[in-house]
Amino acid sequence: MSSNAHDLNSIRAAARADTEVNFGFWIYLMSDVIIFSMLFLVYVDLSQRYAGGPTAADVFELRGVFLETMALLLSSLTFGMAMVNLHQGQKERVVIWLGVTFVLGAFFLGHELSEFAHLIHEGASFTRSGFLSAFFGLVGTHGAHVFFGLVWIVVMVVQIKLRGLTPPVASRLARLSLFWHFLDLVWICVFSTVYLPGVLQGVAA
Amino acid sequence: MFGKLTLDAFTHSSLIIVFANVIMVGTGLLVIGLLTYFRKWGYLYREWFTTVDHKKIGVMYIFIALIFLLRGFIDAAMVRAQQATAGPGMEGYLEAHHFAELFTGHGTMMIFFMAMPFIVGLMNIAIPLQIGARDVSYPLLNAISLWLTAAAGALVMISLLIGQFSEAGWSGYTPFSGLDHSPSVGVDYWIWALQISGISTTLTGVNFLVTILKKRAPGMNFMRMPMFTWTSLCTTILIVLSFPALTVALALLALDRSAGTHFFTGTMGGDQMMYINMFWIWGHPEVYILVLPVFGVFSEVVTTYCNKRLFGYKSMVWATMAIAFLSFTVWVHHFFTMGQDPLRNAAFGIATMVIAIPTGVKIYDWIWTMFRGRIEFKLPMLWTLGFIITFTMGGMSGVLLAIPGADYKMHNSLFLVAHFHNVLIPGTMFGLLAGFYYWFPKAFGFKLDEKWGRHSFFGWLVGFYVAFVPLYMLGMMGMPRRMASYENPVWHFWLVIAAIGALIVAYGIFAMFMQIYVSYRDREKNRDLSGDPWGGRTLEWSIASPPPEYNFAIIPEVHDRDAFMYMKVHNTAYQRPERYEDIHMPKSTPIAIVIAGLAFVFGFAYVWHIWWLAGLCLLGVIGAVIARSFNPEPEYVIPAGEVERTENAFHDKVAQDGALERMKHIESFGDERSAYAATPEPSTTGTQSEKPL
Ligand code: HEM
Ligand SMILES: [Cu+2]
Repeated sequence: MSSNAHDLNSIRAAARADTEVNFGFWIYLMSDVIIFSMLFLVYVDLSQRYAGGPTAADVFELRGVFLETMALLLSSLTFGMAMVNLHQGQKERVVIWLGVTFVLGAFFLGHELSEFAHLIHEGASFTRSGFLSAFFGLVGTHGAHVFFGLVWIVVMVVQIKLRGLTPPVASRLARLSLFWHFLDLVWICVFSTVYLPGVLQGVAA
Repeated sequence: MFGKLTLDAFTHSSLIIVFANVIMVGTGLLVIGLLTYFRKWGYLYREWFTTVDHKKIGVMYIFIALIFLLRGFIDAAMVRAQQATAGPGMEGYLEAHHFAELFTGHGTMMIFFMAMPFIVGLMNIAIPLQIGARDVSYPLLNAISLWLTAAAGALVMISLLIGQFSEAGWSGYTPFSGLDHSPSVGVDYWIWALQISGISTTLTGVNFLVTILKKRAPGMNFMRMPMFTWTSLCTTILIVLSFPALTVALALLALDRSAGTHFFTGTMGGDQMMYINMFWIWGHPEVYILVLPVFGVFSEVVTTYCNKRLFGYKSMVWATMAIAFLSFTVWVHHFFTMGQDPLRNAAFGIATMVIAIPTGVKIYDWIWTMFRGRIEFKLPMLWTLGFIITFTMGGMSGVLLAIPGADYKMHNSLFLVAHFHNVLIPGTMFGLLAGFYYWFPKAFGFKLDEKWGRHSFFGWLVGFYVAFVPLYMLGMMGMPRRMASYENPVWHFWLVIAAIGALIVAYGIFAMFMQIYVSYRDREKNRDLSGDPWGGRTLEWSIASPPPEYNFAIIPEVHDRDAFMYMKVHNTAYQRPERYEDIHMPKSTPIAIVIAGLAFVFGFAYVWHIWWLAGLCLLGVIGAVIARSFNPEPEYVIPAGEVERTENAFHDKVAQDGALERMKHIESFGDERSAYAATPEPSTTGTQSEKPL
């Protein structure tokens, strides 16, 4: 029992946000913030440049995006549950919550990809106009991040299965959790910079 | 199967390029042959290719920088030769498109593959030692950064052989760098070389930012950090916040060129000015990334060779931070003429001039440090003096250009070219060479030759003035930059003078390589036994030269800004602990070269649209990272006994060198004792005796 308690402490210590390696991940995320800021700038700059092609109001469909958004927001919550269980040392539950997070993330990504496929099919592909390039660029970059997050979740589940909740695993989970919440945050910005104004424009017109 | 790559890519219309290729491939084969003949591959692989030791990584960075200094200079000399021979009624010897490749290659190589690796190399060698750490925060990441830079450099090199390099200038402005105007692969090589080296730099930025914040020895608070560490800290912040902008600009340009998007195209809703904005949102901070660490080098040099504490340390720190902050607020000065309203131009013009204030503070701090110092005119002091005078002039011409009205006249002229060389050559080049001389004994254990060093200095200094003062004049006479030929007879004279200046610089570069050769030949005479060849003030001088792989057997305790000088004055330097302990160090690993190799092939495949190969390489990189994450951090242990033997050998050499005697007389080196009178005695707990052994 006592060795278990000791393990818990070392797991909690490894998952702290201010260890050297986790701190470095914060710094890395800063650089990612700049990447997204640039893409937001690009989007805002090009968002009215339709080049005679479809407009924002034409291509955005809020109901699907709403579902997508809910799935991603919920996945932040479920990841939080995984972290709570990590701090309790509950290995099986961590895996379960990671699994739920994965499903929600995969739903999000699948939905986004089908939206992309639909747009390209409709002739609203990224080659059509500056606006659509910027849209695909920004949303696609976020999607690529989600994809890497999903791969990372799988890797972590395998590592938990193989190694159990060791301090290195806990430390990686802490970074993955940062990453995942960060993606959520970015998505909220995407939603309110891309989809909401786009659709409101349509309503106003 | 091979995308756009056909045998045509290997044929070159210009004999000069064929000749350059023969030399490049020949040299490569010769080096490979020699290494094989002398059976050096195993040694190289074990000691260098797979190492994660920051000191060796630093040395390799500087090796890369010196290679590209040569290549970048050859390109510049060819540009000079062309302009000296392509006046009215003359032919010149280059085709216009080859000329364009040369100035593009020169700018790109000098900035990305000479200056940046040189800076990162010095940071690698000096910073962990200055802050009393055993390594950087992420040694493997550090190795990956190094090899990514090498991979990017290799892309530039191979563009000479297969295909061509960009003709769009080092800044790659759209729409010219777009597919419509530059259909060849040159721009793609440029994009991927910059992209890979930019990612490497970002990773370095993260690594050193964390290292400086998290790995300082106990007692080293912010106001006790050595100045080079301070300026590097500000630099890493700039890197982390600005390089991603370049990453995005390049990625979108690559998409425009290969996926048919319309981010920066002139048609279909793209915005060309957006590229130019993004480029300079990175580009202006970049010039401070090039210059701030070098300001740090000068600060170290001035305090060391004037035997005095740095004057105005706090003002220096604040000035550095002010420059770092302001550097994000001025990017529009690179395109005053591109159509924004006068109010905006005025605002950015004023912001630009404001930077002169903190820069001036620094200049005065250096001068006041020299004032009443006991100056030793060693080579780095010469570089510093040359820098102070020359850089101030360059700064002045910068303030001139910051006036939007004047910039309308000067923009895109040789006046601008003269200006930025006038800041880059003293502000970056001189400082890098000063730092090279200063830390060379620390890295290699012997000092560099002084005489050839002086030849190099005067070559660079005189050559600079002869080569670039004419460009100020030419700019005033209205000569635009990047001209393959021209019709104005008045310009010709000055361009010949400028070419002579380049020859004088060539002598300076030659002398530098002679200096390295001579110093290596006479290395036994120039050994640095004590690890403290200059009477240094900061922690890197408290350990052996070259340092053992663990740097510090015992992590030192810091009591003062000039931590080592404090120890010397208080007779606590060179102390041995009661007992040594085992030291854990990260193991060597080939994973960095694997990842960089894949990155190189990825870049090459993307350039030639060999998509399957690019995809495989990307998967390979991801796979390598995942595979590594399954290995627990591999470490090896240096047993306490071995540490003790190494340290004892060092202490013997220190005694042999008479460093302990010198230490007793340190008050004769100026006002050291009184400078430290106010600071309390250090605690001597944990050390064996009060006297140095
Ligand atoms: C060693 C002496 C050097 C000489 C003789 C030299 C010469 C030149 C020349 C002739 C040009 C082209 C001017 C034109 O557009 O007409 C040029 C451009 C440039 N140089 Fe240098 N240079 C030197 C060192 C450096 C260094 C040390 C750096 C940077 C650290 C540098 C960075 C640049 C850049 C960025 C350009 C602009 C390239 C472009 O137009 O795209 N140069 N230089
Ligand atoms: Cu600037």
